[in-house]
Amino acid sequence: MPRWLRHTLLTVVPVVAAAGLLPFGYSNQLLLFNFVVFLTLAQGVNVIYGFTGYLPFGYVGFFGAGAYGFSLSVLHLHMAPLAALGVGAAAAILLGLLLTPLLRLSGAYFAIANLAASLAVYQVVSNPNLTEITKGHYGISLSGVFNPTLAYSVAVVILAATLGLTVYLRNSRFGLSLQAIRDDAISAGMAGIDVVRARTLAWLLSALIAGLIGGVFAWYVSVFYPETVFSSEFSIFAIVFALFGGVATVTGPILGVIILYGVYNAIGISTPQYFQLIYGLLIMGLVLFLPSGLVSLFKRWGIDVP
Amino acid sequence: MLEYALIAGLVFGLYFCLVGLGLNLVFGVMRIVNLAHGDFLMLGAFGAFWLFNLVGLNPVGTAFLVFAVFTALGLPLYYLLVPRLQRAKDPEMLSIILFFGLSQVIEALATIVFGPSERSIPGRVFGTGPVHILGQSLPAAWVVSAIASGVAVLFIYVYLYRTRLGYLTRAVMVHREEALATGIDVDRVSAIAFGIGLALAAIAGVFAPFMLGSVNPSMGVDINIQSFAVIVVGSLGNPLGTILGGIVYGISLTFMQTYFSSWANLLPYVLLIFILLVRPSGLLGREVRSA
Repeated sequence: MPRWLRHTLLTVVPVVAAAGLLPFGYSNQLLLFNFVVFLTLAQGVNVIYGFTGYLPFGYVGFFGAGAYGFSLSVLHLHMAPLAALGVGAAAAILLGLLLTPLLRLSGAYFAIANLAASLAVYQVVSNPNLTEITKGHYGISLSGVFNPTLAYSVAVVILAATLGLTVYLRNSRFGLSLQAIRDDAISAGMAGIDVVRARTLAWLLSALIAGLIGGVFAWYVSVFYPETVFSSEFSIFAIVFALFGGVATVTGPILGVIILYGVYNAIGISTPQYFQLIYGLLIMGLVLFLPSGLVSLFKRWGIDVP
Repeated sequence: MLEYALIAGLVFGLYFCLVGLGLNLVFGVMRIVNLAHGDFLMLGAFGAFWLFNLVGLNPVGTAFLVFAVFTALGLPLYYLLVPRLQRAKDPEMLSIILFFGLSQVIEALATIVFGPSERSIPGRVFGTGPVHILGQSLPAAWVVSAIASGVAVLFIYVYLYRTRLGYLTRAVMVHREEALATGIDVDRVSAIAFGIGLALAAIAGVFAPFMLGSVNPSMGVDINIQSFAVIVVGSLGNPLGTILGGIVYGISLTFMQTYFSSWANLLPYVLLIFILLVRPSGLLGREVRSA
């Protein structure tokens, strides 16, 4: 069996099957939807951070751009949801293109600039002068296209495609060249890899993922405020989930979401400050004692994880 | 209008210089990003609030007290976190995540202990009535905060450029490995710089209720962004560049608030991205040789 097929069977198939079948036996669809959103976002972070080493601290910018691209084309152009989803994705890619100059920065500088960029987009969207167009602080209401069942199915499709992309990156020449750039950009360039092209492509793919899932999120919840879809919790949760499991693998971000987001739903909603405390301690412990994530434990025991 | 914006800008600039200074000192000496900076500032602000409400201590007195307390707190925290972090593969990047975790812990503990409400200290503790400077009247609390910031900056200048410890600190900033090779106790020097960095954040926090409005346990994130804007404008890793950064930031902020108030919130982000892209080394930065 080829390696990519084994990886698909071990990760993509069970996750997508669970996401697709659980709504039939479990009534809290919103919870499942949030899991799908975070599974997708964590893989999106994986694409850009795990494979190319850029820490997207403002990843939520793309998510919000997707949500607003979707909502505004539904509100002003009366588009059908699936077409509007395309606009959301285009908005995220456009923002990604606009931010490509940031890829010249490295390390902490990139993370900070990216965070600032996402906050700038939020300030523009919620600015009172643009209330006519974006509805400003009053938020968006899309009751006309409200259809949670269809939105959920589309979200599962996006999740499947995203997981497929990570399996591809994990097993392809392109994924390998991204990791080579991450580890040493100059040597990778010497080896004949087009560094700028590969980086930009990974960046835009990661933006596309967040834009698509952001659009579906807007569709699913259908009533939201700018601070909902630009909440820095999305970026931070996605990054921490991905890191906790272990980046540059397919399994790592999945494990991270299931464990940490599971804990969050068990105790985080009733007593958020205690969850925040545990969560902060977990992150610190992780960085200090297991900087390559949970899956690095398996690697230490000699098991090949997808 | 124009004179007022300029003078208020200078006053705020001095204060923002203090807000960014600690973060920059820590980054300059250890090459780690202290994302919990804003949370230490918040702790300083709550210290000032409680000491004022319980024993009526004047915030200027609190400033001296928090300086001692946070420097003492910084030393063990340094030995607990940083040496281990610096053995990892990519300490600069991991530091962002590690200190994000720390900021979550501090924020959670502060919410548990202090509750999530907004707190403020009345500005009249520094005397009633405005202070007149060059024909413009400013609240007394602003002027006191600006003076305190100036004193703190001066203290850092004296520490870095007039003491032996500061001389060693600057050596570590220039080149950590070479400093280690010449026999400098890099860990000790860094630990002290770390403690002073936290203490500066806490002092900035003591004056936060007057300069930034009311304080609450989750204010740290905003402060971090503003501090980054200030120190990136000046120059990352050069504590004295922060003075320029703070003043540029303060004056642009009051100008934006005077003339384009609804867009003023965009300023820190746009300024930050613009400077990073156009002149990543900051206004006072030196060219860095790479590879």
